[in-house]
Amino acid sequence: MSQKLLEVEDLRVTFPTHQGDVEVVKGISFDLGRERLAIVGESGSGKSMTGRAILKLIRSPGRVTAKKFVFDGIDLNKQSERQMRKLRGARISMVMQDPKFSLNPVLSIEDQIAEALRTHQTLTRKELDEKVLHMLEQVRINDPARVAKLYPHEVSGGMGQRIMIAMMLIPEPDLLIADEPTSALDVSVQAQVLDLIDNLIREKGMGLILISHDLNLVANYADRVLVMNAGEIVEQRDAADLQNATHPYTQGLLNAMPRLDETRDELPTLDRTQWAAT
Amino acid sequence: MSAIELNNLNIAYSSVQVVHGASLTVEEGESFALVGESGSGKSTILKAICGLNDEWTGEIKLYGEKVDPRKRADISRISQMVFQDPYGSLHPRKTVDTTLSEPLTIHGIKDNGDRVVEMLNAVGLDQRYRFRFPHQMSGGQRQRVAIARALMLKPKLMLLDEPTSALDVSVQAEILNLLKQLRKDQNLTFLLVTHDLPVVSFLCDRLAVMKKGKIVEIATRDQLAKGTFNEPYSQELYQASKHEHVA
Ligand SMILES: Nc1ncnc2c1ncn2[C@@H]1O[C@H](COP(=O)(O)OP(=O)(O)OP(=O)(O)O)[C@@H](O)[C@H]1O
Ligand SMILES: Nc1ncnc2c1ncn2[C@@H]1O[C@H](COP(=O)(O)OP(=O)(O)OP(=O)(O)O)[C@@H](O)[C@H]1O
Ligand SMILES: [Mg+2]
Ligand SMILES: [Mg+2]
Repeated sequence: MSQKLLEVEDLRVTFPTHQGDVEVVKGISFDLGRERLAIVGESGSGKSMTGRAILKLIRSPGRVTAKKFVFDGIDLNKQSERQMRKLRGARISMVMQDPKFSLNPVLSIEDQIAEALRTHQTLTRKELDEKVLHMLEQVRINDPARVAKLYPHEVSGGMGQRIMIAMMLIPEPDLLIADEPTSALDVSVQAQVLDLIDNLIREKGMGLILISHDLNLVANYADRVLVMNAGEIVEQRDAADLQNATHPYTQGLLNAMPRLDETRDELPTLDRTQWAAT
Repeated sequence: MSAIELNNLNIAYSSVQVVHGASLTVEEGESFALVGESGSGKSTILKAICGLNDEWTGEIKLYGEKVDPRKRADISRISQMVFQDPYGSLHPRKTVDTTLSEPLTIHGIKDNGDRVVEMLNAVGLDQRYRFRFPHQMSGGQRQRVAIARALMLKPKLMLLDEPTSALDVSVQAEILNLLKQLRKDQNLTFLLVTHDLPVVSFLCDRLAVMKKGKIVEIATRDQLAKGTFNEPYSQELYQASKHEHVA
């Protein structure tokens, strides 16, 4: 049975502004199995809005419509807010681009991880404490016993990201949406954290939507890549085939990356007139 | 004259010391990077320099003048900081226009909006964004507003905390080019935190590598290009970056 985990057809996200309605996601369609799909694209191209739309987390006055919008046989178009709340976290979870914003500011790191664990399983206090420390270790936090006692405003940027990832993995969701999950981490910690996510995904047969602007990362941690530009999907490729990208936008992205032994005085930037015509 | 001089700087939060004996000098017009482990104290050093944390001992000198943590002078005309977290650093109920023009108003600088328009253009945001609120923009767009705001007062020194980590490479390239150009035109000094070594290679002359609250090594761009660091941890960072390239 090759049941699709997610089917999206003609997804649109619209916001009213002074200048009239703006469509920021313009009728995109894609399917996802139990695989790793990446969405890359320029800042403002609609990556986060696509992720949030799947969880129906677009704030009013924004509007979401889709011809087909089905998660594991469940018609998302027909789900009430109450039903969505049950899906969120438990079956679909999202690591937000603004991790510190998504953590509860008045709970210590230890208390929020414990809370997430408790909704998932019954554990004694001692087991909880051990599990919390174990989770922090898994995301490569140094000195987990100290960090557990800190509040969100007291952790560094990269620590916040990893805490958020640890929390989102606890319920073992069927679909994980990770929005720039490691953008504050250096390459080696990034790799360790992504390996952790990767292992879990393979082990549990989960689906992953990895939103990133980092082409290297995507080439290594996704099977398939969607390239978005101005609310549309402009290219779809196997990750292994990324360097053969043909769309000028994707090629432009590949050239704009600085290198370790950089000698160029200026980095090539994109000539947006080449494709913004639509 | 050096723009920044740190001598044996120790920084704590509520008596827990997180930075241990950091010393470095950034010359005027130099671009200097702080790299290293997440949680190693990079943001903490920037915050101490710009006066957001006074719990330190040792010495901080800006343009030759010793900073007294108990008597902070307003240094916003000289130095500006761009924060790591663009979500937290923009006021949620202020439009982009207000955010950008406010520093001018506060310092009694007359301007009819030209500078706002100019800076928005410089960071690659068109006029549509001028009257938006932070929640009406993407992550990268907010980060660009934060960079534009820091540039409004034409500071001499910029403290940049992961200024491009929320940006895709195309916008990153525009911002990096802009920073490089500004440095050339206005002899700006940068102290830049980044986890991205290629960014260092493009923009910076030297870098300090941090681990567990200590500076383990200060190296040149040339050493970075060749991968000839002296410390094992720096070499490790270098190796990890080197393996990263589109398959
Ligand atoms: N409330 C809103 N009103 C109007 N436009 C909005 C609103 N929220 C977001 N947008 C616009 O929607 C577009 C898509 O935003 P989105 O956050 O999906 O971008 P993104 O691809 O995730 O970019 P980044 O890489 O910078 O995070 C942006 O151009 C943004 O300005
Ligand atoms: N307000 C605070 N109260 C207590 N501890 C803090 C506070 N801010 C930071 N710390 C601690 O200081 C240490 C250094 O944090 P800092 O933010 O400087 O790290 P960083 O090098 O910038 O890391 P990253 O690359 O992840 O942003 C961390 O262990 C962090 O938990
Ligand atoms: Mg985004
Ligand atoms: Mg930091």
